[in-house]
Amino acid sequence: MSYLQVDHVTKIYPSLEPGAKKGDKFVVFEGVNFNIEKGEFVSMIGHSGCGKSTLLNIMAGFDDATKGGIILDGRETSSPGLDRMVVFQNFALMPWITAYENVAMAVRQSHKGWSKNEVKEWTMKYLKMMNLESAANRRPSMLSGGMRQRVGLARAFAAEPKILLLDEPFAQIDALTRGSIQEELLRMWEATNSTVFMVTHDVDEAILLSNRIAMMGNGPAAELAEIIDIDLPRPRVRAELIDNPRYNELRNHILKFLVTGKAASQKESSNLKAI
Amino acid sequence: MTMNKLTVGSKYAPYLLTLLILGVFLMIWSSLTRVPKFDPSGKDEMALMMLEMNGDIIRDENDNFVNNPDKIETIPGPEKVYEKAKEEFKAPFTEKGTNDHGIGLLVAYTLERFLTGFLAATVVAVILGMLIGMSKFLFTALNPFIQILKPVSPLAWMPLLLYSVKDPFMTSVLVVFMASLWPTMANTAFGVSNIKNDYLRVGQMVELGWFQRFWKVVLPASAPAIFAGLRISFGSALVAVVPAEMLLGELGVGYLSWIEWNNLDISGVIFAILVVGVVGFILDWGLQKLASRFTYAES
Repeated sequence: MSYLQVDHVTKIYPSLEPGAKKGDKFVVFEGVNFNIEKGEFVSMIGHSGCGKSTLLNIMAGFDDATKGGIILDGRETSSPGLDRMVVFQNFALMPWITAYENVAMAVRQSHKGWSKNEVKEWTMKYLKMMNLESAANRRPSMLSGGMRQRVGLARAFAAEPKILLLDEPFAQIDALTRGSIQEELLRMWEATNSTVFMVTHDVDEAILLSNRIAMMGNGPAAELAEIIDIDLPRPRVRAELIDNPRYNELRNHILKFLVTGKAASQKESSNLKAI
Repeated sequence: MTMNKLTVGSKYAPYLLTLLILGVFLMIWSSLTRVPKFDPSGKDEMALMMLEMNGDIIRDENDNFVNNPDKIETIPGPEKVYEKAKEEFKAPFTEKGTNDHGIGLLVAYTLERFLTGFLAATVVAVILGMLIGMSKFLFTALNPFIQILKPVSPLAWMPLLLYSVKDPFMTSVLVVFMASLWPTMANTAFGVSNIKNDYLRVGQMVELGWFQRFWKVVLPASAPAIFAGLRISFGSALVAVVPAEMLLGELGVGYLSWIEWNNLDISGVIFAILVVGVVGFILDWGLQKLASRFTYAES
């Protein structure tokens, strides 16, 4: 049995379309079914409106599936918890406490019974891993977007969750900073042997980071179109990837899917695997 | 601070204008309220004698007639108010008579009933505001009462309060209470119901218990809204405490103004107005300092 199973998850809202009758339904996505193995980095890519963030919220426990469910390490998940730490698109740091306190809050909760010193040591360790020592005693409003998301990542990793859920974590960060945080994220992932599920609409980011990429079709009633293996060797360096023919093949494959909204034909995808 | 630093753009430059406006105001006030010197020419002995007997004029040390300062019926000038203030500050903490307590004592009396009512209202308003802010059900259920009670002037409660508690001190405290209750309650409810969903989600995610979620997320997240409400409450409580003292005859800075009016001492009335203003300013400054410690910059 896989470490995490997304088991035939369907999300249906009551329709809010103008002219909709009571009882009309809006199907966000239907029968989404995939597994994530321990230690894997899996991304989900798709246009806005395909429900990928909704799916992440269901995995996190912020939202309920209409049908199907999530099984993590042999147990069905329900309410949010420390075993599924989310990194939010808009950081979601408490603005009234320092960066240190934002991380320490998660450390205290995930390691109940630790002494003050143990909490401090652990928190500082993760802040250091994200290059945040100098920012530890600043409040989020004093930090740049990139620094804030580093705090968000440190908070999520420091709780040692079974799976990290990243909800378009770099969407609000400028392109230059994004690159270096992505590298830090990779380092963290490797150093901690974590399992990561990330939602994104950035193709390069997904290829750089992931073992596998799940491609969602267009909504409404979106379905999981295809899951592709990213068989590029690690460590991956952005500058070298650009010249890698395999990288460009994968990239074109995903882009074609995003543009046409259809998975490549059976023949094409088998060609892809053969290469 | 040297003078050459007081240029436009210096932090203190606006205060030069403040001083200028104050100076001009005092000059105009002084000149409008100046009493012309008594002019005896054109009046015969008989007329002067009548005026003197009437107390309108008196003889000065050189035996010349001058206006009697106690019988002038114009608004007193700044000089007279200053004299009055000097006299009041000579013995601020002595009781000279039943209704004649030093100004320091009067301020203390007013502060006592003001702070008692304000703090009690704050506790009640924050708790109720939290409850109706967190529960749509409670909000809908209680809103009609709030909407009807909110527009009632706190002074309108006074006869009923006086009749039921039968104690002027408690009545004035309750009037202040009624005046400070609504703005804090409304703002707290607004702040709590508008907490960013992300903060609540993080609280759930790190599995904070009910109490911790309240103490570490809900309360700090709504602190700016609560303090905004407190400052509005503060203003309306200060407005209510003065007429409450006047109507109840409770000693304090508000009642001072009424006592001085009964004494026909208009400079005393002006002095009382100034004291109310200064006390209010100092309290509001303190509240603002306190608020800045509990509010945060939205990120």
